[in-house]
Amino acid sequence: MADLVISPARGQSQAVRLLLRWSLYAALGFFVVIYLMPLFVMVTTSLKSLEEIRTGDLVALPREVTFDAWLTAWSGACTGIKCEGVQPYFWNSVLIAVPGVAISTLIGAINGYVVAQWRFRGANIIFALMLFGCFIPFQVVLLPMARVLGIMGIAGTIQGLIFVHVVYGLGFTTLFFRNYYVTIPVELTKAAKVDGAGFFRIFWSIFLPLSLPIIVVTVIWQFTQIWNDFLFGVSFSQAGTQPVTVALNNIVNSTTGVKEYNVDMAAAIIAAFPTLLVYVVAGKYFIRGLTAGSVKG
Amino acid sequence: MTKWLEDHLPKLMLAPSFVAVLVFVYGFIAWTAWVSLTRSRLLPKYEIEGLIQYERLFASPRWDTALNNLYIFGTLFIVIAMALGLLMAILLDQNIRTEGAIRTIYLYPMALSMIVTGTAWKWILNPGLGLEAMVKGWGFERFSFDWIVDPDMAIYTVVIAALWQSSGFVMALFLAGLRSVDGEIIKAAQVDGIPTWRIYTAIIIPSMAPIFLSAFIVLAHLAIKSFDLVIALTGGGPGFATDLPATYMYAMAFSRGDIGQAASSAMVMMAVVFAIVVPYLYSELRPQKDG
Repeated sequence: MADLVISPARGQSQAVRLLLRWSLYAALGFFVVIYLMPLFVMVTTSLKSLEEIRTGDLVALPREVTFDAWLTAWSGACTGIKCEGVQPYFWNSVLIAVPGVAISTLIGAINGYVVAQWRFRGANIIFALMLFGCFIPFQVVLLPMARVLGIMGIAGTIQGLIFVHVVYGLGFTTLFFRNYYVTIPVELTKAAKVDGAGFFRIFWSIFLPLSLPIIVVTVIWQFTQIWNDFLFGVSFSQAGTQPVTVALNNIVNSTTGVKEYNVDMAAAIIAAFPTLLVYVVAGKYFIRGLTAGSVKG
Repeated sequence: MTKWLEDHLPKLMLAPSFVAVLVFVYGFIAWTAWVSLTRSRLLPKYEIEGLIQYERLFASPRWDTALNNLYIFGTLFIVIAMALGLLMAILLDQNIRTEGAIRTIYLYPMALSMIVTGTAWKWILNPGLGLEAMVKGWGFERFSFDWIVDPDMAIYTVVIAALWQSSGFVMALFLAGLRSVDGEIIKAAQVDGIPTWRIYTAIIIPSMAPIFLSAFIVLAHLAIKSFDLVIALTGGGPGFATDLPATYMYAMAFSRGDIGQAASSAMVMMAVVFAIVVPYLYSELRPQKDG
């Protein structure tokens, strides 16, 4: 497709061609500005003093750069009654995301391996049932989950949130690995079985070494999902166990005191930082996960 | 015994996940469906009373607003995101030297939490200090852009923020689609002297129909689930002006203590998703049966 370039018909002058090219770049540049503007505004606002925010221009660069807002956002901003900044909640999110990602990826890998390579009667139906679980609006499980977490004794805890994220992440992780392993010929597994290798041996020595790309895709997908989650976080946490998204929302929408927009922006950037970093470092895998998760869903 | 274990090991490995999905997805849906047919308020009751919760739901002006908002938000969001995504994909597909960098910029909002997006746009759309104040400061004293505090317009600010977040993703889908169109057909059309815009409208775009369908499903799904963006951007306000079904359900479940309403609104959301996703999943999974 790269050879279809919008170009003037044969015989048109160099000038027209140049004009078209320039308008193309202008249009692309326009969108670039639109997409970058909010990030730019967040960063500059976070570096301004409140005084400057009140008197200055939204898109103006800070006259005087100050990191006070960042300090407040990290360790002093109020989320309701407590005023410890987003710091403790940031670590909550880490404590939720790391095990949540690890467990759901591991289970997804095994599930995908079974569904793709050890086909048995009903395996496809099980897979379809799991897949459908990816699409339900989670509102439909919130009420019973709140009760079940209570019965299990992990209501309002970090463990409870990890559990919820693993359970509702399984559909996607299974899907990713299944779609990856299904491209590996079943004959490979059969030959290994003939040679006397068992279920885990084949997984460990044949499939796992081939899996690095899909592991990266899955880990990034799950990390982004869990880190950015708000619905489960706000429904199943209590004071002290909230993830960073919930804390950010509490800071921004807290009605007490003066509105510190610079602190809001700094807190938002802190909350966004881990997933942004992942995106910048491993964007290719991030996009692959997005398209795999949605197109083949 | 070991032989039996070895034969059934794959099933045994899949079994816990299967059970988890049965209980936590299908069992929970059944529970919610059941409770939606009872008179549950603060605590669930289990005597089935018929459709009273749904009658209450559809008689509620707040739910009416929420559904109406979903309709406005969903339609605008899906249509504009697809149009923008397609436009950006076509523009980017013209041998642009900096394509990689531009693509990265168009897509980065997708890595952010909706709460972060909502926070950023809430600030930008703040009438007193944001865009409006900025343009006024440039000398356009009459300029007014206070949608976020205007009950009639606030839902459109949700559309703006959602578009910023997701249109780059649609662009990525379409770009991949453009690149998968058969180059031979296009070359043949070019040789025949067919103008480029005709090649797009008559050949390329029709051949991307499956991608339009995928994009539609993803966007519709995002729209119905939209919750965090509204919470962070407008909090459902002013008043209930930007309530969506998801925020209505949450309010009933966790702040109003009206479990019956929460359950019935969740079931309606579920039904809408069902209506969109099931035919799609069915058509996607069918050819794989013999594969």
